[in-house]
Amino acid sequence: MPAGVAIDTGVAKSIASTLMAKWQAEHPDVDWEADERASRTFVPAHDNSDLIGEATQAEGHTYRNVTELDTLLWKRETEKAVVAGSRVFHSGDELGSTIAVSCDMCHPNAANTHPETYPKYQTQLGRVALLRDMINWCLVHPVRAEALSADDPKMRALEAYIISQRAGKTLAYGKH
Amino acid sequence: MTNDDDQTNGPRRGRGPRSVETVYMEERAAVMQALPRLSRRGFMKVSLGAMGAAAAAGVTINPHSFQPIRFVPGARAAEPGAAAGDVGGGGFRIAYISDSHLYKKELNDRFVRSLLRAVDDVNAMDPQPDFVLYGGDLAQLGQPEELDLGAEILKSVKAPLHVMVGEHDWYFDMGERWRRHFGDDNYSFDHKGVHFVVINSVVEKDFWTARGMSPMERMKTVAGLDNGKQSSFTVGDANRAWLAGDLAKVDKGTPLVVFSHSPLYKLYKNWNFWTDDADEVQALLRPFKTVTVIHGHTHQVLTNRIGNISFHGMLSTAWPWPYAPEGLPEMTIQMNRPDPFNPEDGCGDGSVIVHPDGLVDKVYGLWNRNPMTVSAKYMTSGGEADRPKVPNAKSY
Repeated sequence: MPAGVAIDTGVAKSIASTLMAKWQAEHPDVDWEADERASRTFVPAHDNSDLIGEATQAEGHTYRNVTELDTLLWKRETEKAVVAGSRVFHSGDELGSTIAVSCDMCHPNAANTHPETYPKYQTQLGRVALLRDMINWCLVHPVRAEALSADDPKMRALEAYIISQRAGKTLAYGKH
Repeated sequence: MTNDDDQTNGPRRGRGPRSVETVYMEERAAVMQALPRLSRRGFMKVSLGAMGAAAAAGVTINPHSFQPIRFVPGARAAEPGAAAGDVGGGGFRIAYISDSHLYKKELNDRFVRSLLRAVDDVNAMDPQPDFVLYGGDLAQLGQPEELDLGAEILKSVKAPLHVMVGEHDWYFDMGERWRRHFGDDNYSFDHKGVHFVVINSVVEKDFWTARGMSPMERMKTVAGLDNGKQSSFTVGDANRAWLAGDLAKVDKGTPLVVFSHSPLYKLYKNWNFWTDDADEVQALLRPFKTVTVIHGHTHQVLTNRIGNISFHGMLSTAWPWPYAPEGLPEMTIQMNRPDPFNPEDGCGDGSVIVHPDGLVDKVYGLWNRNPMTVSAKYMTSGGEADRPKVPNAKSY
């Protein structure tokens, strides 16, 4: 279609629809977040609505001038990180398992992952471990995948999901 | 897909992590080969005494790491409450294997080896159990090759075998392949004065058609314990009608043992540790004087008593589940928290001792640990007498 040529609205719409369909075909996973949310149970992120408008001392400051939009953004972005973690947690493919094993097979709803107990002396390792050390231990052994680096987006997502599922538990580092 | 399959052929070649099992099998092979060559002095150096004691007790031990002590099949007969065969007073013993979750062996050899270990266990029982129950979830994703593999392995069970269906066997082709191997999903039989019933309790109402799911998507949804898209387990109208008809022919004084995949009560809905029409099913069982329900699905030591009905879980050969975060029956004494560094810990098989009065002792044959027995006495005393030892590491 040469530039500057006027086209009929109907033709334009049909071109747009074709392009959209093509894009959707190339991105079948586009609704992953909605799918994941529909499949799993999540703990909502903390509700910060009590902070809205609490600006008496904050006049003239950017920090602490909290609007509803802020709290919605915080919640949405935080929960998105958690939902992304759920997706990795529940997928042997995402984890890179060579034997089709995923975290949820032993830890439904991240049960028995107890992130609230780390750091702790891991007797079987003979040293202090963080949650991510244990995630990597599981990846290499029961899952038979490659370990993730500490700043790998998948590691960060897994940590986000696991911690979110244990919301409300008392932090008790070192607990066995 | 790469496959970690060189456990018996020396160190694994190529990239990728060596699994705990691989290391364990290599070290075990090395120890076994080295043993005959050791002088007494060398032996003591390796064993530090512990190995000698373990050998005397009929176990092999890996001295190089904290890898598992493995009971030699049959040695368990010396354990309290686990004596095979002779149960005294005219009772009898049956064995169980459950929840093996097999993938095809080229994809995942671990679950295959675990089922083989369980088959070795029951074949080593001396005397042999009167029959063996397979408790469901033979396959992981209900694939024909998974069910074929499971059926092939179970052919090597020496005692008569009865097989129950689980949701992982069912929701790829709605039981077609499973039925081809094992027949009806509901059946009953009488053995030494006890009426045994095997029932399909994993019927879910249709959640897949409206969502346009493929058979594999349906299967994978059901296979996820914490997947909320699926429905709750039920025995369902048709199977309940069958059960009512079957039980109508049985005298109410006859001891009754029911095998179901899901627990026939309501424990924790989110994980389908749950049967939605449990009240209706229990109503059918309640008129009988002595009733025991043995169920799979929960992969743990799990005990409940509702009225005159005793409920016992079965162990999985593949992996242990955590205890549900709420709703745990008061009668349940948890098994110690499984050690993730110890392959197959918290897994196992087991047996059921049926006494002449129809009451049962349930034996959990936990691999790498002492067995745990939940006795008839414990059940009928409401947990007052004969309590199993409490764990020193409960679930978090």
